[in-house]
Parts: sequence; structure tokens; C-alpha cells
Amino acid sequence: MIAPHLPVLQVVLPLLAAPLMVVVRRGGFAWLLATAASVAALGIALALFARVADGAVLSYAMGSWPPPWGIEYRVDRVNAFLLVLVSSIATVVVIYSRTSVAAEVPREQLYLFYTMYALCLAGLLGITVTGDAFNLFVFLEISSLSTYVLIALGRDRRALVASYQYLIMGTIGATFFVIGVGLLYLMTGTLNLADMAQRLPQVAESRPVLAALAFITVGVCLKLALFPLHLWLPNAYAYAPSAVTALLAATATKVSVYVLLRFYFFVFGGTTVFIALPMAEILLLLSLAAMFIASTVAIFQDNLKRMFAYSSVAQIGYITLGVSFDSVTGLTGGVVHLFNHALTKGALFLLLGGVALRVGVVRFDNIGGIGRMMPVTAFGIVLGGLSLIGVPATVGFVSKWYLVLAALESGAWWLAFLIVLSSLLTVAYVWRFVEAAYFREPDPAVARLKEAPLAMLVPAWLLVGASVYFGLDTVLTVGGASQAAQDLLRGGR
Amino acid sequence: MTPAGTILFALAVPLAAMPLIAVSHRAPNVREAVTLVTATLLFLLVASLTPHVLAGERPEVTVLHVLPGLRVAFTVEPLGMLFGLIASGLWIVNSLYSIGYMRGNQERHQTRFYVCFAGALASTVGIAFAGNLFTLFLFYEALTLITYPLVTHHRTEEARRAGRLYIGMLVGGSIAFLLVAIIWTWALAGTIEFEPGGILREKASNATVGVLLALYVFGICKAAVMPMHRWLPAAMVAPTPVSALLHAVAVVKAGVFAVVKVVIYVFGVAELAALGNTEWLPLVAGFTIIAASIVALRSDNLKRRLAYSTVSQLSYVVLAAALLTPLSIIGAALHIATHALGKITLFFAAGAIYTAAHKTEVSQLDGIGRRMPWTMGAFAIGSLSMIGLPPAAGFVSKWYILSGAMATGQWGAVAVLAAGTLLSAGYLMPIVYRAFFLPPAPAGGHHEAHGEAPLTMVVAVSASAFGTVALFFYPEALLALSRQLAGPG
Repeated sequence: MIAPHLPVLQVVLPLLAAPLMVVVRRGGFAWLLATAASVAALGIALALFARVADGAVLSYAMGSWPPPWGIEYRVDRVNAFLLVLVSSIATVVVIYSRTSVAAEVPREQLYLFYTMYALCLAGLLGITVTGDAFNLFVFLEISSLSTYVLIALGRDRRALVASYQYLIMGTIGATFFVIGVGLLYLMTGTLNLADMAQRLPQVAESRPVLAALAFITVGVCLKLALFPLHLWLPNAYAYAPSAVTALLAATATKVSVYVLLRFYFFVFGGTTVFIALPMAEILLLLSLAAMFIASTVAIFQDNLKRMFAYSSVAQIGYITLGVSFDSVTGLTGGVVHLFNHALTKGALFLLLGGVALRVGVVRFDNIGGIGRMMPVTAFGIVLGGLSLIGVPATVGFVSKWYLVLAALESGAWWLAFLIVLSSLLTVAYVWRFVEAAYFREPDPAVARLKEAPLAMLVPAWLLVGASVYFGLDTVLTVGGASQAAQDLLRGGR
Repeated sequence: MTPAGTILFALAVPLAAMPLIAVSHRAPNVREAVTLVTATLLFLLVASLTPHVLAGERPEVTVLHVLPGLRVAFTVEPLGMLFGLIASGLWIVNSLYSIGYMRGNQERHQTRFYVCFAGALASTVGIAFAGNLFTLFLFYEALTLITYPLVTHHRTEEARRAGRLYIGMLVGGSIAFLLVAIIWTWALAGTIEFEPGGILREKASNATVGVLLALYVFGICKAAVMPMHRWLPAAMVAPTPVSALLHAVAVVKAGVFAVVKVVIYVFGVAELAALGNTEWLPLVAGFTIIAASIVALRSDNLKRRLAYSTVSQLSYVVLAAALLTPLSIIGAALHIATHALGKITLFFAAGAIYTAAHKTEVSQLDGIGRRMPWTMGAFAIGSLSMIGLPPAAGFVSKWYILSGAMATGQWGAVAVLAAGTLLSAGYLMPIVYRAFFLPPAPAGGHHEAHGEAPLTMVVAVSASAFGTVALFFYPEALLALSRQLAGPG
């Protein structure tokens, strides 16, 4: 009985949990509810993933209004993959946040934190599951607005400025996106993505459609922090509460990448995007710029959260690089890196949250000798760092394998070298941590530090473990990613 | 136990030893016993595979599929058998030696040292038995990472710098060149399994093969072919047992082993020889031999001199492989073993001198042979092996390399080998001469109250010296393995 309603329940459960928390106004209850909603979302996502595994497409007509007139929720292999990713990360983070957020957010605001958390989750899942362009915009706003609040809850007062920066940039992005959608509506008379995809070829070469493509690209790239539209990201990541940083890094930017993929390959079809406009070349250049410039900037950061934030910008470059290849191998690499990087960066930010709990702001000058004081945390960060570098037997290696292979397949051997060279920059900043953690004598202030609490270590290590496990067993990740890539490319041709 | 089971067991034993060593950190005797038992067990397991390989079998086992067609799999073939035997056998001797060295010098963090050592040996066995390029790469990187804490054991500023160079060059080279080469091979051949005769036949243009070969040779920085050698002298900051087993045997041999393996099983010896655009490789290897020997000649620090000697000797293996004749391939395989025995003896001696007399420079060694006759006697035998004189094992491998070069008329290589021999006599013999024939320097301060090094160290250095001589008289087993490499299939 419930089964046909799963696509909508995916969004509705966390969405309904939010007002309930405001009514009860208790932090503990709010946490329980947020956890229950996240776990339920994960269960639903897994069920959906299993049901579309054979290539079926689930269509859900909201309020029984048949699409394209009503709002349609549409689950295929591409977004089912994303739903699993988002909901599982959200579940891990919410379990972690009980201890972590309690230390960072005033008690009387705890319930608000979890309210925003549930709304953010609902928004992210909504963006992923919906098949309607305007509905997508609404969920984009829901997730963005709740994110602004979540960032502003950070202990550091600079969190307010960071949130404000993101608010401005995010609003510009959302506006651009909605202008693009409006132009498409103008030309096709529909907001349903599938319907739009069918109608677009007749008007594909017209100027408003190309303008729409440009607007949507810029709008979405602001949200996914493609270089040079990433300026909001480092501060937002650095000053937000630790759990929020992990959630944002692992899910928010990834969902935006999904939106880009959905529009590029499914709505516009690769033909318009990659032939009428030089999108492949633009993406390629910006991705390379992100990989090199952001990694270089990361090397010179003193705040570790900022360092890994810049690393995120660089890693997003790898994902968009995979997209720019416009081939099965390249897209597989991009999508699998989206998944892999979510695991790795999620793990890293969760572990950093543990350090932040003990030392406050995590800077290189106050974590000397931390490898001896917090060995489990420090070793986890090293493992995460190795995954960023792309050492074999970590997820990072799998991504790199596909990206380099895609570069070689397209005949661009120089690009293969650029990809591996940029990962050497990663070695530099990961090794900065290694040397600080293991080579410096502990400062007197650090010498009394205890290991992070178990309630934070276990979720963090769950992600660390996943980023090693999926480096060895890739049936789920590469399997899902290559299916998604094939579906995307088929959708476009 | 089936051979496949033995392979897995051989990998599992040192891995299982790591937590055991870690938990016994309060009882050093138990901890060292675990290491010794593990090393012995590992050697027996590896040795038990030898009859199978000699009988022509190629035991193999697949552990898991990472990507379609990309497996973690192990195949024992003669070259890997030989490397595995040497590394695991010398681990026993080295463990004995480590006990004396680490206790004698009152080193800190000994538990971490032994844990990492066990991990390094597990990685080495993984490299030796790797059945494809991916497995090789996996354990190659693992070996770099697990030896990093060993290289930087003292956690000093100097160790930190050396560690940077170590990680930077080894990880950097392997990702920037080796990984690209592997993926490129995959893209061309559709497989990265090691197969006799190579996998690139008619799959790639001549130019591509040339570029690929360069990527492999320079990407495998552990082979220390110039200019990718700088990390090796830097790594000498580590405690001497690390320099002895890892930077004379396991790590560097993993490098040349990988080069030889790639030449035989990825490119194919005959294929490369037919290709004819690989002349640059003997040149580079020859240059490394000569240049590194000259640097060694000018180094007063004993470990640094030995390190450059290693750089030079490693390129003998690369040169032998690059000659692309059956005889020189035999020589390459043998030289992996003979140089390992000889060089570990030399390092053992250097560490013994440091422990007993706290001397690190060649110029301080006048007359030390009278106080440490066993140590310096072993050093003399190791030196003979380096130079390639009977009755030391180095003679056997050099003989084959030289025969290969002469048989195909590659006179340039012959000249390099001759010059290398003279140079190695030049940088090693003066040490032996000083030790035995020069009077001790006049007493200056605290020194001269020392005798031999601790017993376990003397036993270890004598054992490896004995092995060096024994291998000269009884090279049959290793020869049989090496011949299989050069023979058809």
C-alpha cells in the first residue's frame, strides 16, 4: 500500500518532521525525530534504489494530477543513486551531531538546529527526486535557506558573515536558475522535465534556449561551487558547525552537480549543450583551474577546515572534469567521484569536528603532536587524506582510474598527466597535516587532550571505513555510476 | 596446504603479526619473539612454494575484483619467487640484527618500528607475488607508506625533510608516471595481467611503447635510476636496520623487480628487442652506474657511501634487463639476490660500527678491524661481492650480465660494467684497508673502549656474510629459477 507512495514519502517525512520539532521545542526530541526521519529516508532511498535497479522509471503524480500538468516525482537509476548517497550521509551526520552540535549550539537553539537540518534534508532530497523544474527551484530554495541558518549557527561570529556571503551568492544562483527555467517555460510551455526534454529539440537552436542554458549553468555552478564561482564556500565551510560542514560538503554540492547533469544530459540532451555551445571546453578549463588553483590555495591555509574546503573546490573540479568528457567513461568517473568524494570529505570534516571539540578552531599551530593525543582521529584524517590523494585501496583511486582512462580514451594524454599532477598537490597539503600531527612535540595545551568522544568517532569512522571499503569493492559505486552515466547519455541522444 | 592457500597465508602472517607486536609492547622479549617467529614462518611458507615453481607450476589466487577486469590477484612466477625468498629470508637475519641495534642504541618507539617492519614485509611479499600491474601498484604504494614511519623514526628535523623527499618522490613518481603508464597499458591492451611474452604485442605503435617504457622506468622511483635517486641517500637518516633490509633489499629491490617484471611480462623481452628504440635505457642505467659510483667515492659518510653504491648497483639490474638477452635477464634476476645479500652485510657492518664505536665516517675507521674482526671481516666479504670478485655471490650475477652483453656485442655495456667494477673497488677497498692495515688514530677523548657489537648483531652480520659466500658455491636453486625466466615461456 505504501510502496507506490515511496517517491513522495522520501521528501514528505523530513519535511513534516520539521514543524513538529518547532511545536515540541525540545532539543533531545528534535534530535530523535531528525534521526528517525533520516533513517526512514535512508530506508526509502534503498527501497527505491532496489526498485529501479533494472532500469525501470518510477513516476509519481502528485495529487493524482497526471504529468505534465501536475507535479511529477520521477525516480530513475541516476537520482536513486543520489538519494541513497544523500540520505545515508545525512543519517551518519545526524547521529554524529548529537554530541558535536550540543557543544557548539546553545541549548535553547538545539531544536531549531534540527528543524533546519530536517528542512535542509527535505530540500536536498526534493531536488533529487522531483521531475518538475519549478518544484526543483522551490526545493533548491528550501535547502538553501535552511543552509544559511545552519551556517549562521556556528560558534565563530564570522559564521554570520559567511552565511550572509552565501546568502547573496546563493540567491544570485537561484535567481539565475529560475530565469533559465522561465525562459525554457517560455519556449516549451511546460515545466515537467521529461516533457521539456521532448519539446526542446524543436526549438533547440533558438536564442532563448541557449540563454536559458547559460543562465542555468551559471546558477547551478554557483551552487556547486565551480571555480571561480566558489567564493562563498571556504568561509561557509570553515565557520559552520562541524556537522553542518560535513553535511554540506558531502551532499549539498553533490546534489547541485546532479541538477547540472539532469539539465545537461536529460533536458537539453548532450547535442545542444556540447555542440551548440562550447560547454565541454568551458567546463574543462574551469575544472582544471579549480584542480590546480584551489589545491594550491589549500596548501597555504592555516585553518584546517578552510584547507579542506579549498580541497573540496578542487575535488569538485574532478567531478565537472568527468562531465566535460561527455563519454561513458568520463561520466562514470565524474559520478563515481561525486559519491567517493562525498564519503571521503564527509569523513574528514566529521573527524575535524572531533578535533574542534577539543581545541576550538583547528589551526596548524594548535594541533602539534595531535597524532599522539588523539591517535584514532589523526589516523582517520590521514586515511581520508590518502583517499584524496588517490592511493590504491581507497575510493579516490577508483575515481582517478576512470578520469585518467577517460582522458586517454579521448586521446588527450596531456590531460591524463594534468589529472595526476594536480593530485600531487594534494600530497603537499595532506603531508602538512601528517608532519604537524606526528612530528611536532605536543604543545602544553594539546598535551592534555583526550580522544574525541566515541559518539563522534564511530560515525566518522563509518565513513572512513566506507571510503576504504568502496575502494576495494566497487560493485555498488562503479556499477551505479556507470549505469547512471549510460542512462544520462542515452537520455541525451 | 594448497599452493594458493600458502600464498594467502604468507601475506596474512606478517599482517597478523602487526597487532600481535603492538599489544605486546610492554614485554619487549615477547614482542621480539613474535617478530622472529613471524619471520621464520614467512620464510618457510615462501620456501615451500619453491618446488612448485621449479616444477613449472604457477600457483595463483584471486582475492577480489575491484573493477571489471581489475583484480587483486597473485601469481607466483620465478622472478617473484626469487625476490620473495630473498626478502623473507633476510628478514629473519635482519630481525636478529634489529634486536641488538635497537636495544644497543636505546632507540625509542621500538614497538612502532617492529609493527611497521612487519607491514613492510607483507607489502614486499605482495609485490613479489603480484599477478598483475594493479596488485603490484597497490602493494608498491603500501610499501612506501608503511616505510615512511621507519624512515622518519627519529622525528627530527632532518628526518622530517628526508621523509618529505621520500614521500614526495616515491608517491609523486608512482602517481605521476607509473599510474599513468598502468592506465595507458590498460587502455591499449585491455588487460594489465602479467603474461609471459608481454601483453602489448601489436597493440601499440613503436613510439608509444618507447614512451610507456620511459614512464615505467622513471615512474618506478624505487629503482633509483638517475635522476630519480635522491630519496635513497636521504632515507639513510633511518635507523640502520631499516637502511639494511628496506633500502638495500625490500624497497629498492621492489623497484628493480618491478622494472624487470614489466620488461618481461608487460612488454616482452623479444618484443622490446625487435622494437629497437630502447637504446636510451642502457645509456641511462650506465650513466647511473658510473655517476653514483663517483659520488660514492667522494662520500666520507659510510652510510651515504653505501647508499650511492646501492643506487649504482640497482642500475646493474636495470642495465641487465635493458640488454634484452636471455643471459642478461638471468643476470638481472640473480643480481637482485646477490646484491641483496652483499649490501645487507655492508649495512649490518656499518650499523655494528655505529653501535659499538659510534662512528659514522669512513675517515674514522682506521684500525677498527682489530677491535671488530668479525664485523670487518664480513664487511670485506660484502665488498668483494659488490665488486664482483670470487668467492662472493656478486661474481655470479655479474658474470651472467657480462656474458649477455658480450654475446650480443653490446660493448658499451661491457665498458660500463668494467668501469663500475673498478669504481666499486675504489670506494669499498680503502675501507677494508683502513680497518685492517692502518694503525688506529691517536686517542682523542672518550673513544677506543669498545669491542665487538652486541652478540645478535655479530651473529646477523656473520650469517649474511656466510650467505654471500655460500651463494657463490651453491647458486643452483636461484639459477634454476632465473633460467626459467630466460627460457621459452
